[in-house]
Amino acid sequence: MSLRGGLRRTAPKSQRGNLQSGAFLFFQKIASGAWCPRNDIRDDMTKPSLTKRIRSLRPWLGFGSLLAGLLLWQLAARMGGLPAFILPAPADVWSRFLRAAADGSLFVHMGVTLAEILVGLLAGVAMATILGYLVAKSRLLENLLAPYLVASQAVPLVAIAPLLVIWFGPGMFSKILICALIVFFPVLVNTVVGVRAVPPALYDLMGSLRATRTQVLLQLEVPAALPIFLGGLRIGATLSVIGAVVGEFVGADQGLGFLINVGRGQYDTALVFVAIFALVVMALSLYGVVAWFEKRLLIWQETSQIH
Amino acid sequence: MSNPILTVSALTVVFPDNNGGLRALDDISFEVCPQEFICVLGPSGSGKTTLLRVLAGLLPPSVGEVNFGDHQQPRIGMAFQQSNLMPWRTVLENVKLPLELAGAADAESRARELIDLVGLSGFEDNWPRDLSGGMAQRAALARALIHDPDLLLLDEPFGSLDALTRERMWSELSRIWQVRQKTVVMVTHSINESLFLADRVLVLSARPGRVKLDLKVDLPRPRNEDIRYTPHFGKLARKLKAAIE
Repeated sequence: MSLRGGLRRTAPKSQRGNLQSGAFLFFQKIASGAWCPRNDIRDDMTKPSLTKRIRSLRPWLGFGSLLAGLLLWQLAARMGGLPAFILPAPADVWSRFLRAAADGSLFVHMGVTLAEILVGLLAGVAMATILGYLVAKSRLLENLLAPYLVASQAVPLVAIAPLLVIWFGPGMFSKILICALIVFFPVLVNTVVGVRAVPPALYDLMGSLRATRTQVLLQLEVPAALPIFLGGLRIGATLSVIGAVVGEFVGADQGLGFLINVGRGQYDTALVFVAIFALVVMALSLYGVVAWFEKRLLIWQETSQIH
Repeated sequence: MSNPILTVSALTVVFPDNNGGLRALDDISFEVCPQEFICVLGPSGSGKTTLLRVLAGLLPPSVGEVNFGDHQQPRIGMAFQQSNLMPWRTVLENVKLPLELAGAADAESRARELIDLVGLSGFEDNWPRDLSGGMAQRAALARALIHDPDLLLLDEPFGSLDALTRERMWSELSRIWQVRQKTVVMVTHSINESLFLADRVLVLSARPGRVKLDLKVDLPRPRNEDIRYTPHFGKLARKLKAAIE
């Protein structure tokens, strides 16, 4: 399989139509509570008062379902007769969280993992963007690099993580490296696809205006490739959290992955839950930041597909 | 007659292929005087767009040359069949683009002036996605004119519009042309369009493109709808039609 073939297969037809946008829209719909609007319209005509009442409640539905889930969990833990090291109740997790927060250890581990994620993400994105641009511009480079890029995708990163920890030690560097590597490919692919998707007619326009190479890059290629590039960044941001945790599982003395290992070893399952929730919060925040950037930067795109 | 602003001599363009090269244009020569409106007419595949790309400096001639009088590096304004507005720029920012690239200081006020000239006042801050086809082409025309180009190159700019909008745009274009006094080379496949707008019509033959007819359009200006029903218009149209076939 050539890289180009691989790219074509993942290449979106529309500018927003990358793989993740479906999931993204799904999240947006859940977040805004706008699920299945068509049925509502039909309902509107028959029984307007009830639908209206449901619609006004809609923003709270997500909250309600979360609360119900917690309650169910609490009940299952209390009534199920399971010991706390198998399934701690939410209340136990909460008090474990307070303890870990009070002695500051939780935030130290969070800080370490966050630093690994951010540095790794930044490094991976920077390398992937530069290389992706060059690959998009040069068939020669694409042909030279294709076997490595495809092979790097075939090797599961989880499998080589131990190797990286052996080589680069259990410190933060090996985790940053794993993050960067896991982020690298989706960002690279989307950069290549994004740059190749720049309409040729706009190159003609810039050429007829005698635009310089830099002007073509900044005024045409960057903004035109941005929607697809940001789609890759969104995937990369989510993957970077996985990368850091995988690295910490393999060997570390700090970080949330390490904390999960410690909790497991000491049958402190509540601590495992605390670390998991901390990871979820971090992943969602990261995703939210990228989504916010997308919304700000792509304000010119049609928004009708979301509503 | 004044000195030509543009001289095309023995221009030939050959695209490389496996079969000794595809000859798109063959030994084309003509001159364009300042402020002249030239239409290039021809069947599809006659190399009209190739000719325009060579004039725009986007494509080097295989043989022959293109000279721009005393302008070594002529400023080119170009409009295409699709408006080719940048979707991430507002109308105003799109129209401003050529001045921005050239680093001109008064881009904003000149852009507003041109947006007014093409009749798009009030849409300065709209995104291209909000514009109809005709409005987008007006914006593209404003963008092609804003940097005061020596040569305006139009590649079937109204080809994607509906018939009514297209005819309205003809009148608009000839009005703008009279205000701005530009030298125009416009590619089209519509006989009506070329007779409505041009001072001269060059007819290209089917591939390889050669100049088959160089017809002076001596219809009085300003031209309006009714001119299409005059006997002289009919005579010129028949000449062009005969040359194309």
